[in-house]
Amino acid sequence: MHDTLHLDEPGLVRALQSGDEKVFTAVMDWYSGSLLRLAMSSVPSRAVAEEVVQETWMGVLEGIHRFEGRSSFKTWLFRILTNRAKTRGIRESRYEAFGLSASSTGADEGSSLEDSLFVAEGSGKGHWVDPPQAWEPDTPERVLLSKECRSVIENAIERLPGTQRQVMTLRDIEGVSSEEVCNILEISETNQRVLLHRARTKVRRELALYIQENKT
Amino acid sequence: MDTNFKHKLLGHMAGNFTCREIAQLVTDYLEGSLTFSERVRFQLHLGLCFACRNYLRQMKFTITTLRQLPVEPVPPHVKEELLQRFRAWKRQSPEPAENPEAD
Repeated sequence: MHDTLHLDEPGLVRALQSGDEKVFTAVMDWYSGSLLRLAMSSVPSRAVAEEVVQETWMGVLEGIHRFEGRSSFKTWLFRILTNRAKTRGIRESRYEAFGLSASSTGADEGSSLEDSLFVAEGSGKGHWVDPPQAWEPDTPERVLLSKECRSVIENAIERLPGTQRQVMTLRDIEGVSSEEVCNILEISETNQRVLLHRARTKVRRELALYIQENKT
Repeated sequence: MDTNFKHKLLGHMAGNFTCREIAQLVTDYLEGSLTFSERVRFQLHLGLCFACRNYLRQMKFTITTLRQLPVEPVPPHVKEELLQRFRAWKRQSPEPAENPEAD
């Protein structure tokens, strides 16, 4: 997006500091959708999420003069959002949905996550119950064209425990690097990978069920 | 390759991963966080196991699909309100030089 404004990041920050409305509008248009998605993974309702996005932009305006570029602008933005959402979560007594409690990370899931995929005992022990099939010639583009399939994916994401959903939103949907995700959510690299693995395993499973059902 | 034969072969190779372990390690593999030896064992298993190859492909497919989910639409009233707040902020905002807390 910096390209469309012909600005590098320091230039963008300077423009915001000097109150350039055109730049603010463009930056807001570009990032608000991503912020809203992350907010929705952190607070209980869409209405609250929209408020958190507004509060985030106010936080940007309050803090832009002190922005030093130690992290990227996007990381800084997401951090402000997660902090605001956390405050919101406490106020709405939903902190457990945000903090690293067992229910939020799914830490109580242990290795049971893959249990349903493999034969538990007998001669076929450890083999796939239902060996994964090729999904070709399906493509992600075609899958997403189907409204039904999109809602299968979105529902699967919605059902994830809080922190798993945040990690997946940042890593897989927004394409943020793992290092930045750890920085934004203040979690360790290992923790991030475990949460991502659980989230991906569950979403793949839902997608697999949908694709298989619709093949036959 | 005959499934039983394949599993016998995999079973006989010391230190090889089982299908279950492949499913558990798939994210570590994709994230590049396996050790060299684990990576080799992972790929060795994939080379012999069609089901696990498909599982890895399905996982990659899922990730690509997630990356292409459309952006969450932000209602116009939210943007409008923000713009009003921005204008109010601009009217009150001190210049960076006048702000002793800057940097």
